[in-house]
Amino acid sequence: MTETFTPPTRFAVPGRIAVSNRAAALWQTATLTEIRRETPQAATFRFAVPAWAGHLPGQHLMLRLTADDGYTAQRHYSIASAPDDDGHVELTLDHVDGGEVSGWFHTRAEPGDEVQVRGPLSGFFAWPGDRPALLIGAGSGVVPLMSMVRHHRARGLDVPLRLLVSARGPEELIYAREYGAETTPVFTRSAPEGVPVGRLAACHLAPLLAEEPAGGWEAYVCGSNAFAEHASRLLVQAGQPVDRIRIERFG
Amino acid sequence: MNVTRGFTGRPRVHHPGLPPGQYDAGDDWPVLSAEVTPDLAPADWTFRVDGLVGAPRTWDWDEAHALPGSAYEGDIHCVTSWSKFGVRFGGVSLDAFLAAVRPDASATHAVAYSHTGYTTNLPLSDLTGGRAWIAWEYDGKPLAAEHGGPARLLVPHLYFWKSAKWIAGLRLLDHDEPGFWEQNGYHARGNPWEEQRYAGD
Repeated sequence: MTETFTPPTRFAVPGRIAVSNRAAALWQTATLTEIRRETPQAATFRFAVPAWAGHLPGQHLMLRLTADDGYTAQRHYSIASAPDDDGHVELTLDHVDGGEVSGWFHTRAEPGDEVQVRGPLSGFFAWPGDRPALLIGAGSGVVPLMSMVRHHRARGLDVPLRLLVSARGPEELIYAREYGAETTPVFTRSAPEGVPVGRLAACHLAPLLAEEPAGGWEAYVCGSNAFAEHASRLLVQAGQPVDRIRIERFG
Repeated sequence: MNVTRGFTGRPRVHHPGLPPGQYDAGDDWPVLSAEVTPDLAPADWTFRVDGLVGAPRTWDWDEAHALPGSAYEGDIHCVTSWSKFGVRFGGVSLDAFLAAVRPDASATHAVAYSHTGYTTNLPLSDLTGGRAWIAWEYDGKPLAAEHGGPARLLVPHLYFWKSAKWIAGLRLLDHDEPGFWEQNGYHARGNPWEEQRYAGD
């Protein structure tokens, strides 16, 4: 046997859970049942998926739209709802400028419409609710993290969980009504009276890292690539081990 | 066919280079990696080929650059459904590295591993014959860290999660051994033209 190389750093391998290959491979019909406005740019789309195999918070699905000439468009979307939402999944989508799929959702979709989905997919970003979780998201990057928060509440888990969520201003803060004591919002452009305005910084992380639970935090970072780079570097600089940081980048 | 009411899609020009289920990302080059981007200077970068080979070897930055240069100009395809046309990478053909280590006849697969600990598996036949590179230039400039710089594996005929960023080495094996995303539900090979996205596809 030749000598084997050990990388100088190891990130979190393997993934947290086993993924059902069968569920991942199968397209299913999802029927839109409800549309809820979250912010001027974002809305939540609730689907009935009767044969949904169940998911863990942090997983995503692939969604496919088909035009009448057979043309299809497919995209990955994080699942917003908690796992215990029997036969339903929710997605929260930003209206992307010129977005082919998000544009259809925000301008054409109505309850009763059918789309195709497959999943849940990928186990890497999944959080089964077993380890203390430090969640850091920006914009619609909060979507998979909200699934974790909802799961935490629905199951009455006592494992520590904290959420730092960055938005340009209060009116763009997705799920604003749902946050509780676990959440610290960070506003980058405008904030309510008395709340400072500024980018996510070391001073936001310090108190959370200072109250580190036994066994340490598992950090979950989700947002644009620029935000993910910024937040993950702050975490590393603050001493969070690199192999305890999971990143989902919205490219 | 499950037609979506009211969905027409964007105006389409048939592009023969676009695999099924993909769209043209244009000038965008989304960054998709699960781990923290490492601070890896060229002086600290090494590339090793070991496992079922006659002469395992590690190259440093200067030694790798002393090999004959080789460029790729063509398209890349990400499993998240974007494709990018006409990209230009510069580096060295993997054939040059493999020739130096003399792979055993029994070697059929490889695990590519990164300086971050990321892994991905490939049939050896996908890495030979001028179809794979160690790349350190993009569009004539040093490859950016968030895209895998100082050097990444480049296997453009497979989905791009196979083109391991911050490449550290290849281990040649006589069997297939799933890597990071493959253990997380992705397809073992990842051919975009056959839409091999997830295990079971």
